[in-house]
Amino acid sequence: MDDTLFEFLLRQGDNTLVLGHRVSEWCGHAPVLEEDIALANTALDLIGQTRMWLGYAGEVEGKGRSADDLAYLRDAWDFRNLLMLERPNGDFGHTLLRQFLFDAFQVPHLKALEDSSDPRIAEIAAKSVKEATYHLERSRETVIALGDGTGESHARMQAALDLLWPYVGEMFLSDEVDTDMAQRGIAPDPASLRQTWDKTVTQALTDATLERPEGDFTHRGGKTGEMHTEHLGHMLATMQFLQRAYPGATW
Amino acid sequence: MYAQMVKSTGQGVKSLDEMDPQERAFQERINRDEKIEPKDWMPAAYRKNLIRQIGQHAHSEIVGQLPEGNWITRAPTLERKAILLAKVQDEAGHGLYLYCAAETLGVSRDELTEDLLSGKMKYSSIFNYPTLTWADMGAVGWLVDGAAIMNQVPLQRTSFGPYARAMVRICKEESFHQRQGYDIMMKMANGSDAQKRMAQDALNRFWYPSLMMFGPSDKDSVHSAQSMAWKIKMNTNDELRQKFVDQTVPQAEYLGLTVPDPDIAWNEEKGGYDFTEPDWSEFFDVIKGNGPCNVERLAARNKAWDEGRWVRDALLAHGEKRRAARVVAAE
Ligand SMILES: [Fe+2]
Ligand SMILES: [Fe+2]
Repeated sequence: MDDTLFEFLLRQGDNTLVLGHRVSEWCGHAPVLEEDIALANTALDLIGQTRMWLGYAGEVEGKGRSADDLAYLRDAWDFRNLLMLERPNGDFGHTLLRQFLFDAFQVPHLKALEDSSDPRIAEIAAKSVKEATYHLERSRETVIALGDGTGESHARMQAALDLLWPYVGEMFLSDEVDTDMAQRGIAPDPASLRQTWDKTVTQALTDATLERPEGDFTHRGGKTGEMHTEHLGHMLATMQFLQRAYPGATW
Repeated sequence: MYAQMVKSTGQGVKSLDEMDPQERAFQERINRDEKIEPKDWMPAAYRKNLIRQIGQHAHSEIVGQLPEGNWITRAPTLERKAILLAKVQDEAGHGLYLYCAAETLGVSRDELTEDLLSGKMKYSSIFNYPTLTWADMGAVGWLVDGAAIMNQVPLQRTSFGPYARAMVRICKEESFHQRQGYDIMMKMANGSDAQKRMAQDALNRFWYPSLMMFGPSDKDSVHSAQSMAWKIKMNTNDELRQKFVDQTVPQAEYLGLTVPDPDIAWNEEKGGYDFTEPDWSEFFDVIKGNGPCNVERLAARNKAWDEGRWVRDALLAHGEKRRAARVVAAE
């Protein structure tokens, strides 16, 4: 088995799985009907992308595990998503800001993956990038509107930004998996995406009248699986309930 | 139905001869199956009734997101999660179309929402029942969306243009929902013993509440006549309930499930099934607020609305700042 490729694919699929799950938690509870619908759209796109990433991961692994097996039958320590994405939704502003910080990374990332030397990855990226571009447009507009809106919304967005900032650095960390992917032309080195991300984020924060937090401390361990937040286990307990309670059933 | 207890404002149905010329002309248009459009003259009572009916219908779509939303985070596969999420999203879309249709009658979405949240306006009794197992996602799609279609297909011909057009869009999606629900039931009914038990239990709990969706029996339904004359109600409650039972009983048989009514029997003479009426005292309890989930449903909607206020305010404030900036730029 191609271990590093499998690992890389899990990281992609777990990011979209975990974020998609979080976003889906909003369904029926959003501040306005239009936002409820838009959040469901985002979650649907992410679930669709998950099926592609984890489906391919299962094939690469070669043990007959399906995307569902990987999503529903792994425990927390086997998850490879960014820590930022498993954090609870918080308020609507926090949810959209997290989305924006991720989208601003994901769009250039997927664009680079369109040129992957692995044709399957290039194909998944090409399918996903349109959706991600749309997500970025929406999350950026919303972050700007909420940052600029009222005194209360500004304060809430600044607080959300301060809370999320220590998690953004993990997106750009490289390890031996990333190095291998980069050497084989399968995926870009994440560090190379930082400049584009910085530009997108700095501009949006300026428009949103939000202050970019000082400090470059970053929590790490989600994408390597060395460390997760306590929140992930609870998310999985909910998400995996039926598969765990009724093993082997067909749904 | 989704608007199952609309109190008519009319005082009995007038004959054409009793109407003044304007009202008579209006009624004659309806009799000719012409559509009434928002700018047309209409009796105040027609407007008021429609606002109540469309508003209740819209509220039902929105509150109806909650029982199924309860299982989105626990859906058993990625595909099921996507299907359920898309379904609940459709219901939000239905709410949106309907609020837009109501707005053409001069009432804002926010006003209607406030009336829902204060408990002044109702929504369908069915959404005050809990969803306890995954089989309930099947039962809700199959029975609740199924009952909704029974009512809404004829409403595509309702006299008020925007309502009729909203129904056309909604009905397409509802029949999709019903098929998806039935598909879940098929999987459960053909699954493990535990899944079969879940499927039967879901049918047991949702059967009578589904029958209640059509509203009280015609003999107790004092407000129907005027609405039918105005063609904002196309069939009586009992007609639709009978149709629903006739459609659903064979579907349950095909699933190998038992309808929880020992007196269900085919009646050759009337060409339909005889069945037991739901317990109407339970129905009126639920309408009054004493269903198993009334408190939770309203609390969830109030929470979303209250906690979303700062977002709505901010989006508005930002929009106004942008407009103001454009005006300055243009000067
Ligand atoms: Fe609907
Ligand atoms: Fe539906």
